[in-house]
Amino acid sequence: MPRTLLEPRFQVEHLSILDSEGTLDTALEPKLAPDELRALWRAMLLGRRLDERMVRLQRQGRIGTFAPLKGQEASQIGSVAALRTTDWMVPSFRETAAMIWRGWPIERLLLFFAGYLEGGQPAPAQHDLPVTIPVATQLPHAVGLAYAAQYRGDDAVVMVYFGDGATSEGDFHEALNFAGVWQVPVVFVCQNNQWAISVPLKKQTHSRTLAQKAHAYGVPGLQVDGNDVLAVRVAAGEAVARARAGQGPTLLECITYRLGVHTTADDPTKYRSEEEVAAWERKDPLTRFRAYLEGRGLLEAGLEETLDAEIAEAVRRFEATPPADALAMFDHVYAEPPAHLVAQREELARRLAANPAAPPADSDAVPPDATPMRGQRLTRR
Amino acid sequence: MAVLTYREALNLALREEMRRDPRVFVIGEEVGLYEGAYKVTQGLLKEFGAQRVVDTPIAESGFTGVGIGAAMVGLRPVVEMMTFNFALVAVDQIVNTAAKIHYMSGGQYRVPLVIRGPGGPAAQLGAQHSQSMESYFYHVPGLKVVRPTTPMDAKGLLKAAIRDDNPVIFIESETLYNVKGEVPEDPEFLIPLGRAIVRREGTDVTLVAYMGMMYRAMEVAEELAPEGISIELVDPRTLRPMDAETIIGSVRKTHRAVVVEAGAGFAGMGSEIASFITERAFDDLDAPVERVTGANAPMPYARNLERLKTPSKEKIAAAVRRVCGTNGG
Ligand SMILES: Cc1ncc(C[n+]2csc(CCOP(=O)(O)OP(=O)(O)O)c2C)c(N)n1
Ligand SMILES: [Mg+2]
Repeated sequence: MPRTLLEPRFQVEHLSILDSEGTLDTALEPKLAPDELRALWRAMLLGRRLDERMVRLQRQGRIGTFAPLKGQEASQIGSVAALRTTDWMVPSFRETAAMIWRGWPIERLLLFFAGYLEGGQPAPAQHDLPVTIPVATQLPHAVGLAYAAQYRGDDAVVMVYFGDGATSEGDFHEALNFAGVWQVPVVFVCQNNQWAISVPLKKQTHSRTLAQKAHAYGVPGLQVDGNDVLAVRVAAGEAVARARAGQGPTLLECITYRLGVHTTADDPTKYRSEEEVAAWERKDPLTRFRAYLEGRGLLEAGLEETLDAEIAEAVRRFEATPPADALAMFDHVYAEPPAHLVAQREELARRLAANPAAPPADSDAVPPDATPMRGQRLTRR
Repeated sequence: MAVLTYREALNLALREEMRRDPRVFVIGEEVGLYEGAYKVTQGLLKEFGAQRVVDTPIAESGFTGVGIGAAMVGLRPVVEMMTFNFALVAVDQIVNTAAKIHYMSGGQYRVPLVIRGPGGPAAQLGAQHSQSMESYFYHVPGLKVVRPTTPMDAKGLLKAAIRDDNPVIFIESETLYNVKGEVPEDPEFLIPLGRAIVRREGTDVTLVAYMGMMYRAMEVAEELAPEGISIELVDPRTLRPMDAETIIGSVRKTHRAVVVEAGAGFAGMGSEIASFITERAFDDLDAPVERVTGANAPMPYARNLERLKTPSKEKIAAAVRRVCGTNGG
């Protein structure tokens, strides 16, 4: 018996439409309405401006640790724009731009990063899960959401975000496998930003691409230029349409780069070169899309100022919010308050009432010489 | 009342809840065609079909996460762990998501999820399949923890767990699946989570136990009665929320307490129960609270060693006699 080659033979496509030199593949260029193009641009620019503002707010101690997305705007907005509001969006911890697209108010995100519990609360009708911190754990949840959609017979699609590092976690593989077996409507969006904190992709996997990992599970996997919003929009649109038509899940690997710090507690100069960062800055997703829109006469004058004013207004509202209610600590531990939490809540309320000038929860919070995590700053309140 | 085995009682609870509420579905390894490793899901695939009785790939973290996701959007999954020991690979999903998402979403997402399966000492299942894991989960705010001792409790508590809006850890026992007992036939018979039961009234000492240890304690109570020791048996049934009132009430009456647990002790349920009795009823105690726990070693496989590892009747009786021999000193 000879050795035979089995079908299918796996091939991984890479999709690019508008490259970093501004070259446009007109055959692949999507026919998006001018309003949609303007909306994509607005969201990417807002994502960038807010990101830069939030890093400054963190440096000033006005919000806590935060994971910037600078450089990943096209991956996020190009993909999330393919969803309907009735679809589900499942973020990791770096999807600020995509979350704003989905309707999270800016000040709620600021509240979240300042430690307010209500900051993690999506609006009741919003089909978004809250931020996920444990890497890759959100992927099985997304499959659960998609299973529920299939169960109920509705046509919602689920889009879930994660990084290159997350593809090493068991939950990534388990989720892809389940989605493949059950053919549920999930789009897995991997933002391959080349780094997982200080670990480069080549130490994360020996695979040539991350997209090909899907093939092992019988799921289509496609690589796309994640700094090309047109390419991401096209690939995500196709994946969402396939999912909605009952043709199952897709993995999209968006090749992008984290231009900033991993989180505000990180110093990337310790592990990557300035040349590498500079090379990716030349591939900035905003630069090429701005040039494209300019060429089509779709750039709005004064948009930066409008967005900055919107951000400033949100920061003002956020900072006008009174400090978090200490007693909220006990809310929502369970769907209904159990007796022991009612008792603990009353006990704290009594302590606070007895000593309103120096709330004990405040003065006891941190031992005087606790060492912060590297780069960490405490919030002022 | 019907006389059912513990296994049949669980099966009936699942069946009734699945009939009553189309959002309830069962998911896990071997739950469909094979009808569960311990046959708790017998007949469910036939009655409810593959969408509601879901055989999964072998991936506990994955299917627990799927259950959490489905629960967040309003379904009411019952996740089966082939044995609870396998839930260890899903602990991140259970502790970091199921228990926390309601809190971290500011109350927006509830997780009405039941994770059930057998746990604790069984018959020669070895070190990795015999662990009493309730105290691992008991420790975590946001989870409820149930350990049903009788067929009646198995049915009433599982139904209540399925209707609960929180994640519930529901740990059965391999050793109890064939135990028979009376079970109400009323499909609305529920046992609210968080209510202990006094299984035998007594005046001299309160003995707190559940699952297999409760059956052992019942025999001890019988055997010590002729010596003039009157034991009150209290079964918490739900560990979280714990019905401390009933336990404390009993101790205030008997002035003595012994807590039995099958697990390896050390920050176990016995430690917890003994400590709240001491904190809340110290002045009522005529003797220090005693704990009777399993040896602090992994479960041996050899039959003779296995028997010695778990608290015996003799050990329980000795603790009771010691406590009753102390008179308030
Ligand atoms: C289960 C788990 N392990 C480790 C961490 C710590 N951690 C946070 S982010 C991160 C790197 C993630 O890298 P990647 O998936 O590429 O996402 P990126 O940060 O690049 O967006 C690590 C290790 C965590 N949050 N959760
Ligand atoms: Mg990364």
